[in-house]
Amino acid sequence: MRLPASAVLLAFLAACATADGDPRDPFEGFNRGVYKFNEAVDAAIARPVATAYRDLLHEEIRSRVRNFFSNIADLFIGVNNLLQGKLQDGVEDWARFAFNSTFGLLGIHDVASDMGIEKHNEDFGQTLGRWGVGDGPYLVLPILGSSTLRDGVGTAADIYTDPVGDFRPIRLRNSAVALRLVSVRADLLDASRILEEAALDKYVFQRDAYLQRRRSLIYDGRPPREERIREERSFKTPVNVEPAAGVDNLRVVQHAHDR
Amino acid sequence: MRTIAKAALCLFAALLLASAQGQEATPDVLVKNVTLEVVELIAKDKEIRGNRNKLIELINEKVLPHFNFTGMTALAMGQSWNKADAEQKKRLTEEFKTLLVRTYASALAAFAEQKLEFRPLRAKPTDTDVTVNVRVLQPGAQPVPIDYSMEKTAHGWKVYDVMVGGVSLVANYRTEFNNTVRESGIEGLIKSLSAKNRTLEAAGAAPQK
Repeated sequence: MRLPASAVLLAFLAACATADGDPRDPFEGFNRGVYKFNEAVDAAIARPVATAYRDLLHEEIRSRVRNFFSNIADLFIGVNNLLQGKLQDGVEDWARFAFNSTFGLLGIHDVASDMGIEKHNEDFGQTLGRWGVGDGPYLVLPILGSSTLRDGVGTAADIYTDPVGDFRPIRLRNSAVALRLVSVRADLLDASRILEEAALDKYVFQRDAYLQRRRSLIYDGRPPREERIREERSFKTPVNVEPAAGVDNLRVVQHAHDR
Repeated sequence: MRTIAKAALCLFAALLLASAQGQEATPDVLVKNVTLEVVELIAKDKEIRGNRNKLIELINEKVLPHFNFTGMTALAMGQSWNKADAEQKKRLTEEFKTLLVRTYASALAAFAEQKLEFRPLRAKPTDTDVTVNVRVLQPGAQPVPIDYSMEKTAHGWKVYDVMVGGVSLVANYRTEFNNTVRESGIEGLIKSLSAKNRTLEAAGAAPQK
């Protein structure tokens, strides 16, 4: 019997596992290495290109590009909603695709949103999660970034079924894939700057935000209440005496899964 | 039929009166008023958006009074909170506040032009712990929910956590804080927070792009 490549990889990852780290992130050492690599690629190529794209092209044009790819994605967002048993959502996704592809001129206008048919966020990783598959260990994938074992499998399915992958000739496909990457990265420029400002340890901040975000997405924004916070509140948190207070709010870390 | 209508009208009037007499706004109205006020001020004054310090001043004045910052810091610290003495707690809260206000300012500057949708509060009038939902609408993407966890205190409704797109800010700092406390103690955390703040301050003094 041949040892599958993935088993070898897992064994290698296990060897990297750190003893006293976060239980959700047993391969932290390895992940941090990939993270560093991704950061370097981002700083050298992705961010400059995305910044130029944002600064040179008017928002009108950028939103057409965004809508075009968003429309194509609605097809399999619909499939995933149906796989999760959400019939109405799935039908809405396909209605969006139908309206936007026709009246919206191949999707460059999001007429469906104007009609009140709201965009959803689904992918195969979320479908697996909905079916009860746990996160598995946290993984940082080269270029693609934050993921987990489950979401990595989901992402492979997303890429396999990606309609843009069927564009022909090949040169058109490659250009479309590149354009989509640039568009997605450009939309994350503000968020990544905020992440830079907010985090003490960017790796940890991004990881925790990713895991929280995925959990929320799997439950469509209504996850069972995270009991930790509530429990701690029950032993009473201090309340300011003087009117001090603080804030926050940021649209943290969206990632490759958001489309 | 007419009596029923009359009764309903009287009931409605009574409810109106009751809510008008309530000494403070309901939490959802509070969030809506404060958010709209701040967003409007930013939209009116282009200078604020470019000037980080002015924006921070605006947030300090309008938004901060509605947050329970000591509570947020305690929640973000989790179990480490009790390892800090009173004076350390105060410094931690101060540094954490500074960091978050700056982050909030950046977020506001970036997203002030998006459309906001304020959702009606689903809570009983007797509730003292509620979640207020706001959504940021953006073309070609799923709306981003912003959920404010608020509790009723003697000083009115106060925010103790904010979730953006399902990510709780308080929970998100917990691992970082606990790691730092484990490695270098409470003092180490205070030091690294204040170092972070000073770096950002220096960067903020430079002209914004």
